[in-house]
Amino acid sequence: MFKKFNIKEDIATRSLVKSSVQRNIRSKILDQYNKLETVIDEVLPKKSSLYLVKCHEHINLLTVNNEILFFQHFDGLYYPTLRLLHKYPDAFPKVQVDKGAIKKILSGANIMCPGLTSKGARMNEDLPANTIVGVFAEGKEHALAIGLTKMSTEDIKNINKDIGVENIHYLNDPLWKSNIET
Amino acid sequence: MSEQDISTPIPAVSVSIAKQVIYCGVCSLPPEYCEYGATLNKCKEWLREKHSDLFDNLYSQTNLESDMINLSLEKKPANDAEDKKKAKEAAKIEREMQKKMASKITITRIARNKRKSVTNVCGLQNFDIDLKKAAKSFASKFACGSSVVKNNQGNDEIVIQGDVSDDLYDYILETWPDVPEDNIELVEEKKSKK
Ligand SMILES: [Zn+2]
Repeated sequence: MFKKFNIKEDIATRSLVKSSVQRNIRSKILDQYNKLETVIDEVLPKKSSLYLVKCHEHINLLTVNNEILFFQHFDGLYYPTLRLLHKYPDAFPKVQVDKGAIKKILSGANIMCPGLTSKGARMNEDLPANTIVGVFAEGKEHALAIGLTKMSTEDIKNINKDIGVENIHYLNDPLWKSNIET
Repeated sequence: MSEQDISTPIPAVSVSIAKQVIYCGVCSLPPEYCEYGATLNKCKEWLREKHSDLFDNLYSQTNLESDMINLSLEKKPANDAEDKKKAKEAAKIEREMQKKMASKITITRIARNKRKSVTNVCGLQNFDIDLKKAAKSFASKFACGSSVVKNNQGNDEIVIQGDVSDDLYDYILETWPDVPEDNIELVEEKKSKK
């Protein structure tokens, strides 16, 4: 999603979100990630100034204090950024890939089912298709990507071929390297 | 606006739930992923210096040994082309680093008349610092005029109104930890006596 992203050139508009809209976004995010409930006041403090940064290719970023917290495509699901996920690793659904998949993911490849079902991999939760997941790796503490399941975890286990999780945002991609400055 | 000002201070949450994550000062990834980049040696150096406990965890002898075994196992099927590409990339980064190490930032105090002087900074761009933003931050830090100008060699430099050279020296070190202290030079330029 961010392969050609360039924060310096791609920002179209940037606006302070009105508090009513902010409440709206907040409840949408909570609907999506109910485990975020306990920490939402820290993630999106009620009185913080939330900015909506609209970029080309219909990418929207939500920022607080110049930190990108969430992004979305059109007005679809809100994805957490990896830095946010690193801070709250348990607030989002997760999957784990085996060690061999790390290198491919870091070069932007989607995650194939075998990488999610082999020995070092783990899928502890039953998740439906189109779930946003943090992608962790065998032997690593921190997540290395944010993905979107292309099939349910059950299908990933049973079918065990083709793309299981789409790679949306990964360490060192252009979004990772972006920093928003005023 | 005023409402926003009141709200800016962070609420007094003393215990944060957020996990503290250390990011590599060289490649920006969590250090456990440094091995996948092209700057592993630099990353290791940085980590050993800044977070030795984490360094020991990641690169302790036992880990290293098993990594070696893994590496030698992995290395065989990997084709030469990829190795070459990686080596090239590493060499490029190395060159850039050396260039950085060799380049200097010069802070010059230039006397304009008896009591007034300007401070001139050049070489910041060698450290990938955005000059416009830097000039702006100097202006707000020292409450004075600060702007980017082209000097007679055609290079950009920052001119700050007033003598702030000592403070600036500290401020640069503070703001951009990448800049080695030895690379900053303080110069005083006096107008030739009449
Ligand atoms: Zn590193």
